[in-house]
Amino acid sequence: MIIRRRFTPLQRVLHWLMAVCILAMLFIGVGMVSTIMPKYLWLVSIHKPLGIAILVLALIRLSARLRFRAPPLPADLPEPMKLAARLSHYALYVLMIGMPLIGWAMLSAADYPIVLYGGVRLPAILPQSDSLHALLWGAHFYLAFLFFALILIHLAAALFHALVRKDGVFETMAPVPTHDEVAPAE
Amino acid sequence: MPQPLPSRSVFGSLALISVVVAGAAAAFAYTAGWFSPRRLTPDKVVDAFTPPTGAPLGHRRNHAKGICFTGRFESNGGGSALSRAQVFTRGQYPALGRFNLGTADPNAPDATVRVRGMGLRISTPDGQEWRTAMVDPPFFPVSTPQAFYELLLASASKDASAMRTFSGAHPEIAAFGAWAKSAPWTGSYAENRFNGLNAFIFVDNSGAEHAVRWSLLPAAQPVPVSPDDLAKRGPNFLEEEIAERVRGGPLRWTMVVTVANPDDPTADPSKAWPEDRRAVDVGTLTVEEIQPERDGPCRDINFDPTVLPSGMRTSDDPFPAARSSVYAKSYDRRTAEAKDYPRTATGANP
Repeated sequence: MIIRRRFTPLQRVLHWLMAVCILAMLFIGVGMVSTIMPKYLWLVSIHKPLGIAILVLALIRLSARLRFRAPPLPADLPEPMKLAARLSHYALYVLMIGMPLIGWAMLSAADYPIVLYGGVRLPAILPQSDSLHALLWGAHFYLAFLFFALILIHLAAALFHALVRKDGVFETMAPVPTHDEVAPAE
Repeated sequence: MPQPLPSRSVFGSLALISVVVAGAAAAFAYTAGWFSPRRLTPDKVVDAFTPPTGAPLGHRRNHAKGICFTGRFESNGGGSALSRAQVFTRGQYPALGRFNLGTADPNAPDATVRVRGMGLRISTPDGQEWRTAMVDPPFFPVSTPQAFYELLLASASKDASAMRTFSGAHPEIAAFGAWAKSAPWTGSYAENRFNGLNAFIFVDNSGAEHAVRWSLLPAAQPVPVSPDDLAKRGPNFLEEEIAERVRGGPLRWTMVVTVANPDDPTADPSKAWPEDRRAVDVGTLTVEEIQPERDGPCRDINFDPTVLPSGMRTSDDPFPAARSSVYAKSYDRRTAEAKDYPRTATGANP
């Protein structure tokens, strides 16, 4: 049995790549729904393929997580913080995978063609439906704000570990290269 | 294991974390427009369409009154020199559309509405779609989406001077006013010419680009009828007439694509291009069947003019983007209000 002190390089690359993608995605999302300027079309044309890219990356990341697991949290971390960490990570995974699927389903329910780039299109995953469209639109909109709020909490917690507790939790996902991927179990 | 830290350093760190989080939240709120009350949003434009009688719940927020049709687009191959889109390859492609009136009131008497329109979707075997929403005026009333929003506000204003002020700031509206006064009315959608108005870019097989606008020219000969005579025909005479007419046989329009000269303005749909521009007859739209909107196949389609096959794209005309964002908002609202516009039959939706 080995216990990693850090996430694997694959997991760290996925984390930081997806951090950039998801932040861009959320900013593009709130920006595009609040403008009628020509940039609306440009933003929408990024939003769709980027969402599908995030879905693919999230599925790879989920399998990496199931395969390599996560380094243990510090033993002295108070139980409520451990619980909050666990629950918030579940929620982040649900949103990373769920939001693109909801968006895809929402466009399907509106009978819009789902164009990724030029002639590259995705099939509809739902039939046209007013009620499903309304439900999915509401979910996509409100969950985006929940997603951003969770990311802010995640960011605050990461900095708290890095700057205040200095307990090594931040370093488990730090973007810098490292040579001590694996340590014997304590 | 963490060591106890001096409190000053902890305080500084917590302050730094707060600044980072608050900064990120503020950037997000800024992007969402929460600090920009003057930003023109799709919600504002949709709200500006609201008639004094209230929003037409469950209906499109503009061009709210309409009737569905199905038929086909028969391409003669002439458009393939301009665009590589499959829809211009010689052949027949299914078409779905909607005749409509430019009003926010789904119960407006037909004779009271000056602008008539057609939404159209043509589907091709490669899985692509061409959606367009056209109207019968030969040019748009104003030059920019912002001006159109101001026009909506001015025409809804109780202040009698609002329209005068608007016309002073946007003199291009005068041409539209002249059209509205002098253009003949007809007794049938079948006799209307429908114009795309916005400029788009067609890309041909060699990659060359052509700025174009398109129109549907009716095969039926227009017969002018005075608005007073139309008013005597009943509130839904257009819908009744077109249904009756199509029962007697299919109706046809010729699709004509007009190609801009290099210096023609593409960004301003209030400026028609000169009559002598190259016009390419690309095919024929045949309307074969009429269905009431309530249970019809066009009801739940957003005729978003930016849904284009590859081989067509938007130009520097700012309207298609604005229309796309506003149509989407209208669609989002009306699909959430389906209970206010219930279907009468079940299973009518294909």
